[in-house]
Amino acid sequence: MTEKFDAIVVGAGPAGTTAALVMARAGMKVALIERGAYPGAKNMFGGVFYYSEVLNQLIPEFWKEAPIERHIVRRVTTFMTPQASVSMDYENSNFGKPPYNGVTLLRSRFDRWYAQKAVDAGALLVPETVVDDVIRDGQRVIGIKARRDQGDLLADVVIAADGVNSLLAEKAGLKKSKELRRHSISVTAKEILSLPSETIEERFNCAADEGVAIDFLGACTQGIQGAAFIYTNKSSLSLGMATDLNSLREHHISIADLVESFKEHPSVKRLVKGATLKEYSGHLMPEGGYKMMPKLYGDGILVAGDAAAMVFYTGLSLEGVNFAIASGFYAGEAVKAAKAKSDFSAASLSHYQKLLEDSFVLKDLKSFRSASSMLANKRFYTVYPDFLCTMMENMFKVDGKPRKRMWGLMRQSMKGKISMMDLAKDGMQARKALL
Amino acid sequence: MNIEDKLFQIRFNVDTIPHIKVDLKACDSCQEKWCLYVCPVQNYKLEEGKMSFAWQGCVECGACRIACEKGQVVEWNYPRGGYGVCFRYG
Ligand SMILES: Cc1cc2nc3c(=O)[nH]c(=O)nc-3n(C[C@H](O)[C@H](O)[C@H](O)COP(=O)(O)OP(=O)(O)OC[C@H]3O[C@@H](n4cnc5c(N)ncnc54)[C@H](O)[C@@H]3O)c2cc1C
Ligand code: SF4
Ligand code: SF4
Repeated sequence: MTEKFDAIVVGAGPAGTTAALVMARAGMKVALIERGAYPGAKNMFGGVFYYSEVLNQLIPEFWKEAPIERHIVRRVTTFMTPQASVSMDYENSNFGKPPYNGVTLLRSRFDRWYAQKAVDAGALLVPETVVDDVIRDGQRVIGIKARRDQGDLLADVVIAADGVNSLLAEKAGLKKSKELRRHSISVTAKEILSLPSETIEERFNCAADEGVAIDFLGACTQGIQGAAFIYTNKSSLSLGMATDLNSLREHHISIADLVESFKEHPSVKRLVKGATLKEYSGHLMPEGGYKMMPKLYGDGILVAGDAAAMVFYTGLSLEGVNFAIASGFYAGEAVKAAKAKSDFSAASLSHYQKLLEDSFVLKDLKSFRSASSMLANKRFYTVYPDFLCTMMENMFKVDGKPRKRMWGLMRQSMKGKISMMDLAKDGMQARKALL
Repeated sequence: MNIEDKLFQIRFNVDTIPHIKVDLKACDSCQEKWCLYVCPVQNYKLEEGKMSFAWQGCVECGACRIACEKGQVVEWNYPRGGYGVCFRYG
């Protein structure tokens, strides 16, 4: 006989684990299926987990027990040319106090810790198991096919929380086409570089337990759409890069080579000096936000987290884990409500969409939905970093010649780089995206 | 540091069954060779006009699957459960 569950969650990342935890706590029979040897084994991210009110409600004061690296008290945004850089350095001592605005994490530790919470609540974690397809009865999804003996499992509802590639949402016919996704996805690569914690604290000018998140724009991606980052962990740095997949293709730039050359930039070289590589990794990241979201529900199925492209990315912020946790939470709540009515039809499960619309998840993704067009504007990675660095050079360089006043300096720095017309256009675009 | 040295720092439990199959004959005549640029571990290589592909070092990101437009050239799936890349940090 094929085993039947109230719900099957595919993927034990932040989205799937949250959904499983919520449903298990409501006494439902839940399977949480993960293809990795353990939750987190397949997962990588930049490294800052921003405060999640949802997680704090599920696990009060989670930061006291979660495997956290450092509290981020400084956010630096650096615009770079090959030789120079201009940084905006923001520090807030409140960020170093509970509930902590952002903390660095390593996913192999965090995801494992978090999935154990779902297990403690009664969910059945099934690791080392790939789900290959959904099982249908007509239109309705009634279970999954796992790649193993007796791998057919039935459930009232399947939650696809299987991450950015979501082969499952694709099989269920909910995703946008590959052609569309090709233009709204980033390829990422990251290194874990070990350094003694005292060296990190001296070099990055931070206290024990506190840390810095630096994001880089400009020459680091050789002017194509994307950004680089360095985040501080306890005794390692997370250094990496996210670049638009289609831009790599068009400009014949290799993501692996970009990461190597980034480490050679004078502003970066001294930060990573003497560090040893502990791990290298790669992953995809949804960058299209609201416009690229699939259909979020169908008969007997819901899609959550990266599988639903719910990443908040504006160039200045990159948040996915807190969005994944919240969407997993609302997916779990929607299934609980469906179970109370014993109705798992698309109409009943559409409650999920409603819950998301009333929360920050769809509100934020909607209000910033124009950010993706702004991010595709090449001038943000070429002209503007260059302009800022030239402006600073013109201001600080002393060469015995008479100086210009501010406006003159700006005009001089812009000369031959950008027209007033483009500047006005980009200003409008940024206004539409962010203000 | 070259990519081969970086690969040594990644933990793998290599499956005996390839999870990605590439039609290398078709690749040789592909003009664009998009896969060369998007693969973070440079599993796709072009040497003396010939394409090669090594699935053993794959970190299962899915970039080549999305990047290659040539229909059935790349047959892409995840390795069996528990096999493949196993991040120690992430
Ligand atoms: C380089 C990079 C930097 C990032 N930086 C940040 C950041 O600083 N802050 C932030 O908040 N977010 C960041 N993000 C985004 C964040 O990582 C994601 O939004 C988040 O991990 C999404 O969680 P999820 O649970 O939806 O998916 P995932 O974490 O991807 O989890 C999906 C799970 O499903 C499993 N799975 C997949 N397919 C199957 C299958 N067929 N069968 C069984 N199991 C399967 C996977 O193994 C995985 O465990 C970054 C992402 C990248 C790539
Ligand atoms: S995998 Fe695709 S992109 Fe790469 S060479 Fe072959 S056909 Fe071209
Ligand atoms: S899935 Fe990613 S790591 Fe694997 S071969 Fe394709 S691009 Fe390279």
